Amino acid sequence: MKVASPEIVAPDNRTAEQQPHWRQEFPIDSPQDDYRSRRDFTKLMVITSFAFFVGQAWIVLLSRLRRARGEAPLQDIASVDELPVGGAKLFHYPGPGDASLLVRVSAGQFVAYGQKCTHLSCPVIPKPQAQRLHCPCHEGSFDLRTGQPLAGPPRRPLPRILLSVRGNRIYATGVQQGVV
Amino acid sequence: MAVPEANEFFVDPSRCIGCNGCVQACTECDTHKGYSMIQLDYIDRAASPQTVPVVCMHCESPTCAEVCPADAIKRSEDGVVQTARKPRCIACNNCVLACPFGVPKMNTAMHLMMKCDMCYDRTSVGKKPMCASVCPSQALFFGTRDEIERLRPQSRPLNTFKFGAQVIKTKVNMMVPARSTVEHLDVVGALYEPTVGNQLEDSLSLDEIGDGE
Repeated sequence: MKVASPEIVAPDNRTAEQQPHWRQEFPIDSPQDDYRSRRDFTKLMVITSFAFFVGQAWIVLLSRLRRARGEAPLQDIASVDELPVGGAKLFHYPGPGDASLLVRVSAGQFVAYGQKCTHLSCPVIPKPQAQRLHCPCHEGSFDLRTGQPLAGPPRRPLPRILLSVRGNRIYATGVQQGVV
Repeated sequence: MAVPEANEFFVDPSRCIGCNGCVQACTECDTHKGYSMIQLDYIDRAASPQTVPVVCMHCESPTCAEVCPADAIKRSEDGVVQTARKPRCIACNNCVLACPFGVPKMNTAMHLMMKCDMCYDRTSVGKKPMCASVCPSQALFFGTRDEIERLRPQSRPLNTFKFGAQVIKTKVNMMVPARSTVEHLDVVGALYEPTVGNQLEDSLSLDEIGDGE
């Protein structure tokens, strides 16, 4: 649609040619305001697709880096006798900044999860009596035995830490990212 | 659809009898959502019953739109300045403060500036705005220039205003006596003129004005 542009009458009484460029960008008349030039539309499309491309490249780069980091290390967490049934222990795995929780569910079963709530990364609190991990920030709840979200805003399960018992010691052997 | 170019708005405050009919009728218009967008001003209530109906003058360079930081106030192709666009209006009140005629109104509950849009739903299909259709003395007249010349030989339309240094040309016309020689209406200057039936006692103002011209 070609819009005939009327002469811009501005309070400064200058002619249309003398007006600053922003007057064309933000016209007062709605026909000009609704008008999209083909050039502007193409520019928008190109910039948007470039942004998508950069985003995808960033994801590829991150996953490459993660793969290059290799397998998670074996880490001694605690001894079997250390925790009573229903007891919990905080440890850091796989990195020093990744707080995780080891919980003794029953005499013969241990579970461990990353402590960051999958909603907004608040630390979850173990509630072994209720068989839940509770996030106090937005009243989120996770199943203690599976890590699946039960209530509240979180929709993804907590990352599970794989455990293995060797002798009297409990070792963390890897992280299983939560699958919905 | 657009307002036909031949149809114009003429306001003649000297014919206004202050009946408030326009204010009531304005609320009936569908584009105002039940709110009245016209205002009946008293010139000097203590001394005179004279009233002035204030509708949007639909400026050629609308000050409300000039000051809008959200780019929300737009004028349609027929020169009618519309109510702020709801998705854009940020309810900042800039337009309310800036309009020299005091037309835009802030609807706080709706977070939206609403203003007289010449009853766009009616005028764009060739009808008169609500206020002009009910005005018993036709102080608010909506019609062609031929009609107004035939009906009001004593008056002539004027659409140039001056607020200090700012000159404003409007789509809506103000009727002035036909024999007067004014080129524009100096609104700020009018503030210092003695109003009808009122004696100014401020000697400083009287000196500035001179004696009665």
